[in-house]
Amino acid sequence: MKLITAVIKPHRLDEVKDALQAFGVHGLTLTEASGYGRQRGHTEVYRGAEYTVDLVPKIRIEVLVEDADAEQLMDVVVKAARTGKIGDGKVWSIPVDDAVRVRTGERGPDAL
Amino acid sequence: MPPGILTLAADKVTLSPANTGFMLICSALVMIMTPGLAFFYGGMVRVKSVLNMLMMSFISLGIVTILWVLYGFGLAFGTDSGGFIGWNGNFAGLSGIGLTELWGTSTIPVYVFAIFQLMFAVITPALISGALADRVKFTAWALFIALWVTVVYFPVAHWVWGDGGWLFELKVIDFAGGTAVHINAGAAALGVLLVVGKRIGFKKDPMRPHSLPLVMLGAGLLWFGWFGFNAGSWLGNDDGIGAVAFVNTQVATAAAMLGWLAYEKLRHGSFTTLGAASGAVAGLVAITPACGAVSPLGAIAVGVIAGVLCAMAVNLKYKFGYDDSLDVIGVHLVGGVVGSLLVGLFATGGVQSKAKGLFYGGGFDQLGRQAVGVVCVLLYSLVVSYVLAKVIDLVMGFRVGEDEEVAGIDQAAHAETAYDFTGAGGGTVGRKGPALGEALTKKVDA
Repeated sequence: MKLITAVIKPHRLDEVKDALQAFGVHGLTLTEASGYGRQRGHTEVYRGAEYTVDLVPKIRIEVLVEDADAEQLMDVVVKAARTGKIGDGKVWSIPVDDAVRVRTGERGPDAL
Repeated sequence: MPPGILTLAADKVTLSPANTGFMLICSALVMIMTPGLAFFYGGMVRVKSVLNMLMMSFISLGIVTILWVLYGFGLAFGTDSGGFIGWNGNFAGLSGIGLTELWGTSTIPVYVFAIFQLMFAVITPALISGALADRVKFTAWALFIALWVTVVYFPVAHWVWGDGGWLFELKVIDFAGGTAVHINAGAAALGVLLVVGKRIGFKKDPMRPHSLPLVMLGAGLLWFGWFGFNAGSWLGNDDGIGAVAFVNTQVATAAAMLGWLAYEKLRHGSFTTLGAASGAVAGLVAITPACGAVSPLGAIAVGVIAGVLCAMAVNLKYKFGYDDSLDVIGVHLVGGVVGSLLVGLFATGGVQSKAKGLFYGGGFDQLGRQAVGVVCVLLYSLVVSYVLAKVIDLVMGFRVGEDEEVAGIDQAAHAETAYDFTGAGGGTVGRKGPALGEALTKKVDA
């Protein structure tokens, strides 16, 4: 199994969600996050005083998938999240040893 | 403000129900300015100190109201003594005043005048608090308010508006409080700042406003209440002067907001919400002394000039390194000075007073009088406020401890926090008694 984590722009959430659903993903976990990449943050001005805001709002999506689907799923997320502008985010995958569905106790791929 | 006459209920003046009702409404309007100011300031501070900011304004409603009734009204508007201070035993406790006894040559009861003026006395020290955000002991602040209104506000109100007050006799025009309220509060802010010092992290840590919607709400309430402040200051509207003041208040405020925003767009690239709110307040401040003396076109000029100058002035604190946290000096002192001096330029001579400004053929005479008023109130308030703050600092300390300031003054001073962001946990709701764990333990023990 793989855990796919995507950090995306908040306004791309609907597209990514729709794309994941169309792909057949049954569930996902979503977190409001903040951070910065190469673009850094932005500047805000209050009564002439400038503040550099490093951490910009992001959405973090996590999906557990079978190994065979991981590669394709990452492409799906990237395609849906992309605007072509700076700050579009990142997607990565990491191996997962095991998973358990809490309600039934099913393990491994059956728990997905 | 029309002259108050010492012999109450002057001949040929009768109580006007219309003016009395109007003035009671105006008094209520001025009252809402203090909570409005609290929100204006409260939105500008960080989450950890918003309650303290609200309370620093709100407490003034408690303290000053009581002092005003006990002796403040007597000191400010009692029989003059040497042009400096007044006193009238009947005003102490508002106990010797007849229900229908009229205020001087006006057509409203003394009670109505007293409550209207009370609201001015309440908001003035509250204005000072914006300079002291996040870092002063609440008890020290409460004591400062009590002492400050007693030795600064009550006398200065007498100088400016009291019959026999020396600035009143000098014919300094201050329709609704440019000198007595705004310069007074702005100069006091500077005086206290010199004692209290900067916030920890000033110019290093981000200190962005935590809620601009609150700032806008506060500015809106201030604008709304200011109609009572200004239009009510003629104590009636038999001759239309109160209406002129109302119109000028609206016009100058609009112009100042646009002036501030235009400056901001040119200088920093955006029309900001905080700029709109601040510009409006700057316009309200500047038109306060002038709204009975200028024409609506003059009010536009006063507004634009004040909006731009105050927008420029708020940067002075970074230049000079004093932490006027919410720009009391940049907005109220500078706005008050600008408005008071512009009376000397734009007074038409056809409204509140016959005195004409420089641009209306009056020469430099009125401008000179206005300058005297500005400088004297500024210096008196600055020096006495500094001394008061210094004494309080020596006796009990004016600032909270470093730890408390860094952790947030709300919890330290009020045992409260403004917002619950967690949504989870929180313990027992709605009852006072042993904590759940405690009860459980007892049961198990039994």
